[in-house]
Amino acid sequence: MSDVAIQLIGALIKCVVVIGALLTIFAYMTLIERRVLARFQRRVGPNRAGPFGLLQPLADGMKMAFKEQIIPSKARRFVFLIAPSISVFVALSAFAVVPLGDTTAWGNSVWAHALAPYIADINVGVLYILAISSLAVYGIVLGGWSSGNHYSLLGALRSAAQMVSYEVSIALSLAGVLMFSQTLSMVGIVHAQVNYGIWFILVQPLGFLLYGIAATAEVNRAPFDLPEAEQELVAGYLTEFSGLRWSLYQMAEYINMITVSSIAATLFFGGWTLGGLSGIPGLPIVWYVVKVAIFLFIFMWLRATLPRIRYDQLMRFGWQVLLPLSVLNLLATAVVIAFGWPWWISGVFGLAVLLVGGAVYYARMRRNHPLTQPTQDEIGLLLPQSVRLVHIEAQALATNGTNGAISANGSKGDKSGASAEAVEAGARP
Amino acid sequence: MHVDLASIAFWVIAIVLVGASLAVVLQRNIVHAALALIVVFGAAAGIYILLNAEFIAIVQVLIYAGAVTILILFAIMLTQHSMGRNSNPFSTQWWLAALICILLGGGIIYAVGHSVMAIGTATSPVLLAGEGSGVGGTVVRLGQLLYSPFQYSYVLPFEIASVVLLVAIVGAIMIGREEEE
Repeated sequence: MSDVAIQLIGALIKCVVVIGALLTIFAYMTLIERRVLARFQRRVGPNRAGPFGLLQPLADGMKMAFKEQIIPSKARRFVFLIAPSISVFVALSAFAVVPLGDTTAWGNSVWAHALAPYIADINVGVLYILAISSLAVYGIVLGGWSSGNHYSLLGALRSAAQMVSYEVSIALSLAGVLMFSQTLSMVGIVHAQVNYGIWFILVQPLGFLLYGIAATAEVNRAPFDLPEAEQELVAGYLTEFSGLRWSLYQMAEYINMITVSSIAATLFFGGWTLGGLSGIPGLPIVWYVVKVAIFLFIFMWLRATLPRIRYDQLMRFGWQVLLPLSVLNLLATAVVIAFGWPWWISGVFGLAVLLVGGAVYYARMRRNHPLTQPTQDEIGLLLPQSVRLVHIEAQALATNGTNGAISANGSKGDKSGASAEAVEAGARP
Repeated sequence: MHVDLASIAFWVIAIVLVGASLAVVLQRNIVHAALALIVVFGAAAGIYILLNAEFIAIVQVLIYAGAVTILILFAIMLTQHSMGRNSNPFSTQWWLAALICILLGGGIIYAVGHSVMAIGTATSPVLLAGEGSGVGGTVVRLGQLLYSPFQYSYVLPFEIASVVLLVAIVGAIMIGREEEE
């Protein structure tokens, strides 16, 4: 077989494996996310289908496949049908340059090159990911526009503005790493970290934080999930989609999460390396998977913790906070590189900016929202009558005594007897 | 005729490129025309890759397919009743446009064959600098050409281009600013 044929076969095998893996991971990510969110909210989550609910994705997939796919009468049919596919196509393409493992011990045979653990090592790797992910907005914009629905269109336009705004910050926050690695190739960046002997998170702590925030906005995850804000826009661009087309959009979102997590792991955390442990065959891909899994968990953590921000806050934050900080980080890195200073100066600078910024933010927040503990009298006033907080009220009862609590509630006048009974019921173990 | 992978790829891309370009000007729905424009930019990026200019190809996708076209779509969707069937009506002077296109195309084809600047006789520093850089050297060479202070420096034109962009930004702010009483 000629070399070109071997290369093509190798690429084909890798494409099939990677796409299959990504789709499987997507299916189980939905399950894991639901279980994790349930834990955060003190629920159980889906655990009925199979052991630990492991068959739930299969059941969901069957349900989606047999659901009726409604096409609204006002929809632009052709665009409406292809828009979800554009999203998935773009999401899958972006993954092509992510290095999953090491090749240094593989020798120089043609097959070793053909089956290296990345689909392509192009010398503009990072730019390729940025370019492809800048196309991701089309799936959403076209889906929203073609639905023939004002909520969909508004969600799509929001999404376009958000993604275009935060793309700038992403590119600028990654530029610091590129200056240190002196290459745009993803494989080359991992090797640059091996040569330095450190992960670039130590060099670029500020860049990593900025990238994390901007990437969360870029993939439309909470707290930046404005394009599908259900309280404002029904479901945004997703409103008119149902069945498999709806799940295609979900698929694209999760694959994009995996891709941005992979970029973070590769550029800031050394990709498949983990000190001396990456020399053992088979382990590099495990380290890579572990790192990406940690980032994916952080995505779920953020979704469970943070409330969605407003549209004007989103824009102001992107242009007035994130962008200037990215430029500052870029300038500082450039100065360190230009004068040939050691790498830790860049790291210390980033940490200092983070500390100062955090302190300023904390001080301003405390000035606007002073930290005060509600007194026990206020607890009775603050809570609506329908709310029963067993912990707090039981505490209050323990200190005041049951009769005292009832009489205190009664003396407030507007409290009904039912409320006092509720307190009593809550206090009973 | 010698057939290799690159020339097959070229013809496929070229046909897509010409077809999509025709769709841009012939589509009656202006959003569909904008979609065809994305395909045009993508196909042009493919041609750049065949020319070993990966950096230009990727930047083409990043800037034109990614950012410029989304702004066009944004403007169309915000300002027009873009759901209308006939939002991109034909100009009545299409015959004049066709004539100009034919003349321009003929001129380009003639120049490729006969110009003194045609490939093979070119002496531009960019082409010379590309020689011997091997596969994948375009990013480094391009950076050196753009920013190196001594040889083949294009720093001044580059900075002037950014001033043009700055003027556009200032103009947009002036137009978009609310009037203060």
